[in-house]
Amino acid sequence: MLNQLSKIFQKDKGRRRFLTAATTVVGGVGVAFAAYPFLAYWQPSAKAQAAGAPVEADISRLEPGQRLTLEWRGKPVWIVRRSKENLQDLAAIGGQLRDPNSEASKQPNYAVNEGRSLKPEYFIAVGICTHLGCSPLYVGREEGAAHNLTDWKGGFFCPCHGSRFDLAGRVYQDVPAPFNLEVPPYSYLSETVVMVGVDPKGAV
Amino acid sequence: MKALLTAGLEWIDARFPLTKMWNEHLAQYYAPKNFNFWYYFGSLALLVLVIQIVTGIFLTMNYKPDSALAFASVEYIMRDVEWGWLIRYMHSTGASFFFIVVYLHILRGMMYGSYKKPRELIWIFGMFIYFCLMAEAFMGYLLPWGQMSYWGAQVIISLFSAIPAIGEDLSTWIRGDYVIADATLNRFFALHVVAVPVALLGLVVMHIIALHEVGSNNPDGVEIKKVKGPDGKPLDGIPFHPYYTVKDIVGVAVFGIIFSFVVFFTPEMGGYFLEPPNFVPADPMKTPAHIAPVWYFTPFYAMLRAVPSKLGGVIVMGLAIFVLFILPWIDRTPIKSVRYRGLLFKFALFIFIISFIILSWLGTQPATQTLTRLAQVFTILYFGYFVFLGVMSFISPNWDNVKPVPERVTS
Repeated sequence: MLNQLSKIFQKDKGRRRFLTAATTVVGGVGVAFAAYPFLAYWQPSAKAQAAGAPVEADISRLEPGQRLTLEWRGKPVWIVRRSKENLQDLAAIGGQLRDPNSEASKQPNYAVNEGRSLKPEYFIAVGICTHLGCSPLYVGREEGAAHNLTDWKGGFFCPCHGSRFDLAGRVYQDVPAPFNLEVPPYSYLSETVVMVGVDPKGAV
Repeated sequence: MKALLTAGLEWIDARFPLTKMWNEHLAQYYAPKNFNFWYYFGSLALLVLVIQIVTGIFLTMNYKPDSALAFASVEYIMRDVEWGWLIRYMHSTGASFFFIVVYLHILRGMMYGSYKKPRELIWIFGMFIYFCLMAEAFMGYLLPWGQMSYWGAQVIISLFSAIPAIGEDLSTWIRGDYVIADATLNRFFALHVVAVPVALLGLVVMHIIALHEVGSNNPDGVEIKKVKGPDGKPLDGIPFHPYYTVKDIVGVAVFGIIFSFVVFFTPEMGGYFLEPPNFVPADPMKTPAHIAPVWYFTPFYAMLRAVPSKLGGVIVMGLAIFVLFILPWIDRTPIKSVRYRGLLFKFALFIFIISFIILSWLGTQPATQTLTRLAQVFTILYFGYFVFLGVMSFISPNWDNVKPVPERVTS
């Protein structure tokens, strides 16, 4: 009698373990599904995703060496007019850069060239450091001393963590930023009007 | 009257273990009789937590978690709300004092070996409290929506983008937008006033329950439970109440004087408690010329900058905090208190403290080449302390010329 009972219990134990495991698994799957909406809730909302309208800028009054800052998708976008001297410097400092040919960096295909731009004279980039997202300072050729920059050819200096970029947004070696500054898609509507956020017609 | 009170207490005790809890945690909780100055900071941390919760609740009554309104609503609290300036300055000063108290509390644990067996879980819970506190302070600092709020958050959230493959998506997910925006402010507000405080309170309860289970350590690092009197009570223990409640009230009074002095005379603390750029509204187009986190994050910030690689810097910074969590398993030397450990340990601890202080200063300074080099040296020394403890544990504990640990506590 007792033996029989214990046999039944033995059998029950296996069943019970199976049922407990099955319930746990089903419950766990349920919890995972229920967690998804809460995690997805943190994604950029439809409104945030839609807020990416292109912006136009008139660059006719920009003098060589001057910079213009626009707001595009909540980020600063710079337009710098480079002088002849600046453009000559760009070729000379290639050896001091981490990614001189912009192979690992983000830019549209039409900006993969030495000046990283459509027109060599105008450099356009997103003014956010690729290290930790500060907006670097624009430091002209002659102003390097104010930021303890030696042998400075002009460019951008991030005050947060000391990253340095040249006037094509290319990052120097031995600084924390890993990549060159990002170049946004842009196109010229006319000789003097730039539109940031739209590729030129026919560009891939 | 007395009979009525007794009856009332009996009525409650039959339904809720009030007397039992009072005895277990206060009247019959035996703490070592040789507590010194360093033992004030546990109860003071609890006091600051209460100050932060009370002032925080009042601040939410006028604060607006909206990127268009936040900055102005803080100024409104400061200028137009009755006594708003006091509540706000208590809250902002309380944040810095929380870290002062907690850092001293952690240092006490490191000096007297309070993290060692059987108190590993107390230490781990404490480290989780410290971690939550950092999250709480970081998210709270975004709320005034000043320049430093904005760019500080931008930098810290960008730390996550250093993680290979998922980094960019992860930081977008945390921000809820492609840059720090209204969505970020709003969710940080929710986390700062609800989620993290709830977690903190739970952790504090666990910290204290674990402490009262094994009993407090003391400056001698000897277990008072080993030597008990005929009544079963530790000979070197005294009831927490009234002895240590009275002692802690003295601590509270002195703390109150110092805290009030700062709140009333120098709430910005020369730009260390509230940074000057934070009195300028957030401008996503322009980073302040010199950005630095608030002082209590600067040691880790200095380490981040010391490594000339984005991912490397983040890893080093994370390790600097993680290594504290596993301290009980790094330092296996059986002797707890610094009093009975050798000269080399004392020297190492001293170097560790100095490194931490110098790193916190370096983190407030602009990143010049010399200072970055210095930060690298002190980062190595910071980690060197843990390497030293780990190596020392494997060598016979007597080589560092330890003194014999007494059986009973000394005065």
